[in-house]
Amino acid sequence: MKRFTSLFATLVLGLGIQFGAAANTVAPDALVKSVSDDVITIVRQDKAIQSGDTRKAVTLVETKVLPYFDFAHMTRLAVGKDWKQASADQKSVLTQEFKTLLVRTYSNALTKYRDQQIDFEPLKAKPEDTDVIVRTKVRQAGAKAVQIDYNLEKQGDNWKVYDVLVAGVSLVTNYRDEFGQEVRAGGIDGLIKSLKDKNTRLDPTTAAKK
Amino acid sequence: MTNSKTESMVAGRGVLMALGLACTLAACAGPGGHPKDPLEPMNRATFQFNEKADKYVMRPVAEVYDLTPLPVKTGVANFFGNIADVWIGVNNLLQGKFVDGLSDGGRFLLNSTVGLLGVFDVATEIGLEKHDEDLGQTLGRWGVGDGPYLVLPLLGSSNVRDGVSLIGDFRVDPLMQLEDVGARNSLGGLRLVSKRAALLGADTAAEEAALDKYGYMRSFYIQYRRNQIFDGQPPREKDPDDDDSSDNDKAATDGNAAGPAADKSSSPNKKESLE
Repeated sequence: MKRFTSLFATLVLGLGIQFGAAANTVAPDALVKSVSDDVITIVRQDKAIQSGDTRKAVTLVETKVLPYFDFAHMTRLAVGKDWKQASADQKSVLTQEFKTLLVRTYSNALTKYRDQQIDFEPLKAKPEDTDVIVRTKVRQAGAKAVQIDYNLEKQGDNWKVYDVLVAGVSLVTNYRDEFGQEVRAGGIDGLIKSLKDKNTRLDPTTAAKK
Repeated sequence: MTNSKTESMVAGRGVLMALGLACTLAACAGPGGHPKDPLEPMNRATFQFNEKADKYVMRPVAEVYDLTPLPVKTGVANFFGNIADVWIGVNNLLQGKFVDGLSDGGRFLLNSTVGLLGVFDVATEIGLEKHDEDLGQTLGRWGVGDGPYLVLPLLGSSNVRDGVSLIGDFRVDPLMQLEDVGARNSLGGLRLVSKRAALLGADTAAEEAALDKYGYMRSFYIQYRRNQIFDGQPPREKDPDDDDSSDNDKAATDGNAAGPAADKSSSPNKKESLE
């Protein structure tokens, strides 16, 4: 009898959580769609971004896109096996530098955006899944559509992107070989230094000072 | 005039050799080298040459071409895309994808007629999707391993399988069937420029993203081809639990990996499932 009660309690609790989740959570595909729609609408209207204003593009990405990305997870994936030998401090510096690099690179790509159209494929996932792939296709005139896939992970009630694949190439794991090389050559600190140097070189303000 | 040109070429070659030497001295392909890239010193030298050729010739030409109005560029890209569809269809059939193969044939018929010699891609408009196939992908589907990574002069990233397959692709290339050498070369040149122009933007992104562009492009090519061979649905390469305690495939294939031995033996062949 006691066992039955606890089972019942678990069931009710479980249902409650499920309903709660269903009510609060934005589905992963809906999330990706609304964020991309937002960003595209802004880029389409913003002449400065269209004419290559990277700074403005970075700000746009930072406010509209970053909240939905899990950079700690991305950095861990990019560093791979060497992640374990990094201290907590090193991990947080690595995450910060990798974030800066990705944001800069891909904000710049936004300034190249013209009239591509994004199609969303139906999400193939079960309601209880906590790790899903949202597949999209970016169509452009005169070329095969480019496949862009987002890997999302459920954290509490929210979905966070932890990997983006362009034409099947992970923008995150593509760094593994390079990062591995850096770590072999100069340890975790060597990798941090390379990332910092790279970011300094990319930053127009520091480049101009030189 | 010609003298200084020859001189600069000789100097260029010297630079290349020096780079190759520097690479050998730095043990590019030493014990820490990439398992897929035993020819790294040679590949790096070719890569440097390609970068120079692109910077001084291909990219500037593509940038000028890029100034033509979009409808013209689209028409040109569509035209070459259309004549490529036949061989793409054949490769789909060779891979047993009959629906795709027939659809490619349908695309070619429709676009060549209604689409005015392929200038307009009406087939895509009505839902016949454009595919991307070549002999290298077909061989990959058949289980032929990709072999060592290879950087081809001017053509860039490849591997032994894909490089050899290019000869087949080239022989059946409709442009190569043209008897008029002038027409063949100018059309071939235009196609090259059109393809290069389509990559403007993506190339700067790669430049900015990479710590070491050579390594970045190599990883990119390996993942990209794998995805192409599986038509955009490659078997998941990532470990189901990607937290820091479990090793990744790349680390596992890496001879120098310091990770736990148990993980090493568990995953090395997921990635090489093609071979």
